[in-house]
Amino acid sequence: MRARLFIICFLLAMPIAILAQNGNEILKRVDENMGAESRIHESTMIIHGRRGTRTVTSRSWIIGIDKSFTEFLSPARERGTKMLKLEDELWTYSPSTDRTIRIAGHMLRQSVMGSDLSYEDAMEDPHLPNIYTAEKDGEETILERNCWILKLTATKNDVAYHSRRLWVDKTRYLVLKEERFAKSGKLLKTAEVKAVKRMDNRWVATHMVFRDMLKKGKGTEFKLNKVTFNANIPAHRFSKAALR
Amino acid sequence: MLAFKLALRNLFGAGLRTWLTVIVLSFSYVIIIFQQGMLDGWNKQARRDMMHWELGGGQYWHTAYDPYDFFTIEDGRGPLAPELQSRVDQGQATDVLISQASIYPDGRLMSVLLKGIDPNQTILDMPTAPLVENITEIPALIGRRMAEAAKLRKGDVVTVRWRDANGTFDATEIKIVEVMKTNVGSIDMGQLWLPKSRLESMLGVENMTTYLVLKRGSNATDTVNGWVYRDHAYLMKELTEMIKMKSVGGSIMFLVLLALAWLAIFDTQVLSIFRRRKEIGTMIALGMTRQRVVRIFTLEGAMHGILAAAVAALYGAPLFIWMARSGWAMPEMTDDMGMAIAERIYPSYSLGLIAMTTAIVMLSVIVVSFIPARNITTFNPTDAIKGKTS
Repeated sequence: MRARLFIICFLLAMPIAILAQNGNEILKRVDENMGAESRIHESTMIIHGRRGTRTVTSRSWIIGIDKSFTEFLSPARERGTKMLKLEDELWTYSPSTDRTIRIAGHMLRQSVMGSDLSYEDAMEDPHLPNIYTAEKDGEETILERNCWILKLTATKNDVAYHSRRLWVDKTRYLVLKEERFAKSGKLLKTAEVKAVKRMDNRWVATHMVFRDMLKKGKGTEFKLNKVTFNANIPAHRFSKAALR
Repeated sequence: MLAFKLALRNLFGAGLRTWLTVIVLSFSYVIIIFQQGMLDGWNKQARRDMMHWELGGGQYWHTAYDPYDFFTIEDGRGPLAPELQSRVDQGQATDVLISQASIYPDGRLMSVLLKGIDPNQTILDMPTAPLVENITEIPALIGRRMAEAAKLRKGDVVTVRWRDANGTFDATEIKIVEVMKTNVGSIDMGQLWLPKSRLESMLGVENMTTYLVLKRGSNATDTVNGWVYRDHAYLMKELTEMIKMKSVGGSIMFLVLLALAWLAIFDTQVLSIFRRRKEIGTMIALGMTRQRVVRIFTLEGAMHGILAAAVAALYGAPLFIWMARSGWAMPEMTDDMGMAIAERIYPSYSLGLIAMTTAIVMLSVIVVSFIPARNITTFNPTDAIKGKTS
């Protein structure tokens, strides 16, 4: 009898608990949901440029937020190009020139393969709860999913985007839309999820569209073809020697 | 005198052969003087323009600043040392702050450098006065090359995105208040000049400077704590090296012409000695020393150089005077080389240049004339009179 009473009380209390969640708690759940010790994924980037559309496929090995290694698989012109990110440093290797270049300074502002993502964006992958305070800013339905709108404001000075807006799926804690703003409040970048899929026992955005809002164009589509979470990645993968 | 008369008679006696040699040699004179004059003219104009528009009387750089290393742009800035600040306060210098940014003209991304300068400065010839304009957007001054590359015109508004001192993105609109026309590409391409105070507030910093430009004629050589002095020799190193390289490259044409003239003179001398061996034998037999005969023949060869100088002066002088007045229009592509190149270059011919060119050509002609003539010292007079040379 006591057990039944406990279950009834729990079930009744659950929606209240969801409603009572504040922005910071939601953000923490989002971060936990998205985070993984390590992951390996294969993706396709469809770049809608001024002169047409290009499709680039790549395979990435990622550990936490500090280490990532990407190898471009196609088209033929980009095949073999590699990118290594170690903390706040980034290197690229181009097989055509057989040279490894450290991307720094103004080069970080250049786009990756002509996409709407800059090398800077590739470097930005912070744990959001550590640098933002979040508050609920309404609700909206995206992809037929009920979402909270979270308004994130930076709690530290050295944060790339002073504020962001996230549309978070209420039950899956998945970000379905994001807007990134400059300090002046100007909208700089958007990311919109077009499809989600359950992969490796978790919900993952498999199709996204990134847009640099200051640039003209239809943006860059990102499709996740395959992903393995908590994969065992050897340490040598994240060495400069692995670039060649 | 006898040697001179003999040499002159024989020279004119050779007729067309002499004139062909002389004309080719005169081309060497004209080309070397023209080419060096052009380079000197460019050098002088470029140095003057660079001093007036960019370098002033030298610069003080923040010790961490290196314009060729983008890693240093954000770190290579700091508050001016008191002795340098007093120069700014006295109107003896102006300071510049640099930051990196991106602009989006017509929705295209372009990496640029934002340079903050006092709009009221008088140290440089840059038309910074329009930057005082009190408008909502940030006023910006750009060069003609930058305007062409970004397709921007005076009055256009463009979005700029940058990171402040803490690394946070910010973006706003800037308005092009002036498009300046300058020969100095290094203050133009990929750069936007803003009021320094506005740039400082954009970056969230106060009284920060990347480099300081001194007034022309300032006599500073000392390194101030945290700031390193860069003199004109250092700041114009690239220009000096480029002109040196151009000078070497241009010498090839001159050397080809000179080599043709040398060959003609050499052949003339060999032929002359062979044909006139009886005359040589007679002169030696009559008591003329062999060295004197060698001198006559060397002088005869060297007379080509004198005659060529006279011919070169005849058609070269009017050409040089006309060129110095009307200048030489430079092709448009040279505008984007990053070097200070004016639309027209006015050659500069100095007395030293003409004297040096004449001396080089004359000396080489004397040497070329002497080499075949020195064989005369081995002549036996009796054999020579018989027509034998050895």
